[in-house]
Amino acid sequence: MASHTGRLTLAPPTEGAPLTTEAPAVRVRGLTRGFDGRAVLRGVDLDIARGEFVALLGRSGSGKSTLLRAVAGLDHGVAGAGDVDTPESVSMVFQDSRLLPWQRVLANVTLVLPGPGARERGRAALTEVGLEGRERAWPHELSGGELQRAALARSLVREPRLLLADEPFGALDALTRTRMQDLLLRLTERHRPAVLLVTHSVDEAIVLADRVVVLSEGVVAADLRVDLAAPREVAAPGFAALRARLLSLLGVDREERATGE
Amino acid sequence: MSDHTPAPGAGPERSTTVPLPERRARRRGPGPGPRVPGLLALGPLLLLTVWFVGSATGLIEERTLSAPWTVARTAADLISAGTLQEHLLASAGRALLGLGVGVTTGLALALVAGLSRIGEGLVDGPMQINRAVPNLALLPLLILWFGIGEEMKVITIALAVVVPIYVHTHNALSAIDQRYVELAETLGTGRATFIGRVVLPGALPGFLLGLRFAVTAAWLSLVVVEQVNSTNGLGYMMTLAGSYGQTDVIVVGLVVYAVLGLLLDGLVRLVQRRALTWRRTLEG
Ligand SMILES: Nc1ncnc2c1ncn2[C@@H]1O[C@H](COP(=O)(O)OP(=O)(O)O)[C@@H](O)[C@H]1O
Ligand SMILES: [Mg+2]
Repeated sequence: MASHTGRLTLAPPTEGAPLTTEAPAVRVRGLTRGFDGRAVLRGVDLDIARGEFVALLGRSGSGKSTLLRAVAGLDHGVAGAGDVDTPESVSMVFQDSRLLPWQRVLANVTLVLPGPGARERGRAALTEVGLEGRERAWPHELSGGELQRAALARSLVREPRLLLADEPFGALDALTRTRMQDLLLRLTERHRPAVLLVTHSVDEAIVLADRVVVLSEGVVAADLRVDLAAPREVAAPGFAALRARLLSLLGVDREERATGE
Repeated sequence: MSDHTPAPGAGPERSTTVPLPERRARRRGPGPGPRVPGLLALGPLLLLTVWFVGSATGLIEERTLSAPWTVARTAADLISAGTLQEHLLASAGRALLGLGVGVTTGLALALVAGLSRIGEGLVDGPMQINRAVPNLALLPLLILWFGIGEEMKVITIALAVVVPIYVHTHNALSAIDQRYVELAETLGTGRATFIGRVVLPGALPGFLLGLRFAVTAAWLSLVVVEQVNSTNGLGYMMTLAGSYGQTDVIVVGLVVYAVLGLLLDGLVRLVQRRALTWRRTLEG
């Protein structure tokens, strides 16, 4: 942490540290994971403050999904060590929506909601993601974007303290992806879960996140706070500089950049 | 081409209720196309025609196969005498009882084997053996154990029914997509919700497929057990007719078997269609 001389400032601390001093929502220490004797994570340390939105970047195969699954506690039988502290209620959004095909949309959203009032809450959650009127649709009747909307509704209707998302918009077309990013931003601002979002898109990370973490060689190689005013458009001041820095951290050279991410 | 214009302002992902005119597909896709009602009756109608024409022209002798009109008259006689109903009721009772016992047992065993490893170890081996032994080969043993009464008949039918129910349901249970299991884990579903809303609905298509085979198996066993020292039932009626050379009575029995078999299968398919509306398949 940068040390300040002279008068105290209210500016947020620079790289790495979470915004507040209260107990973080997520605390990962010395996390190692490997497959068939090959280390994928070699000691990851990561804190996420309550309500903080962290984007996780890394080249393909760098272990982003491995890290996310470890935080979600889904990696039974995977070799490794380390400590992971998460809140009680965690939701996960996958690249595929994972709506149960044999349940209508509303039933999918209310899957684990207890007791009476579940339907009303489910309906409200669907309205929130712009799917009002589609409660009785079957999943196969929805478009890719609508499926992910429903998946978001299912994740947030439980009011989780932590939302994990593994490239949730990776399979969507560019236009739909932009709309979904706006939606996710609105939803997380309202529900305020801590968010760990895996993405392969540098722009998506900058637009959405409070912090961007870069995973490389099995460790956190960079941890940058995004101090850009909303709305964070590509043309906004500071955007290009941050993007260039992240791209170079990811080892993407100018040529690759020209042909897309 | 311009049958309708998109409602202005309706975004690509909003749902609006604009009445749209029916459109006819111009070209067929590579699938078999939509079902045409009545087309499924084509084959049976052809068979019936051959029978009629054959009997009328004398190509089919009365001794080999009674003419359709003879069969119809015999059927009318049997119905007015009450004989057919009596045999039919006896047969249907046996088949349904055997089906009920077999389906319940098969389902329970499949769940035990599908939901616990110990259960699988206990149940799966014996079921595979039961499956490998042709069911009717057990008949002599079952007769020794249970006699020649109703008990033996129902148990034989139930044993034949258990196999397809167990095999298809167990198969479906073990084929449930790991991704949904993972989803349930992240949502923290309890065991009851997991079984009720993930496992059972996921295995339902397999169970219903097994049910269709089970109906056929029950029917098949019925014919055989009714020829063992019965005093009623369609099988008994036909065996008796066989020894007197009454092909008309035999054909009446066959027709009733066919109609009932088709009805039962149709019933299962109806249930299948209602229960599996979430699937999009060639079935249509
Ligand atoms: N279940 C698994 N079995 C074997 N290797 C795996 C498994 N899951 C991931 N890996 C390997 O671990 C590495 C990191 O994978 P992953 O976390 O999926 O990367 P990312 O999500 O960053 O693209 C890859 O080399 C991948 O092949
Ligand atoms: Mg991945």
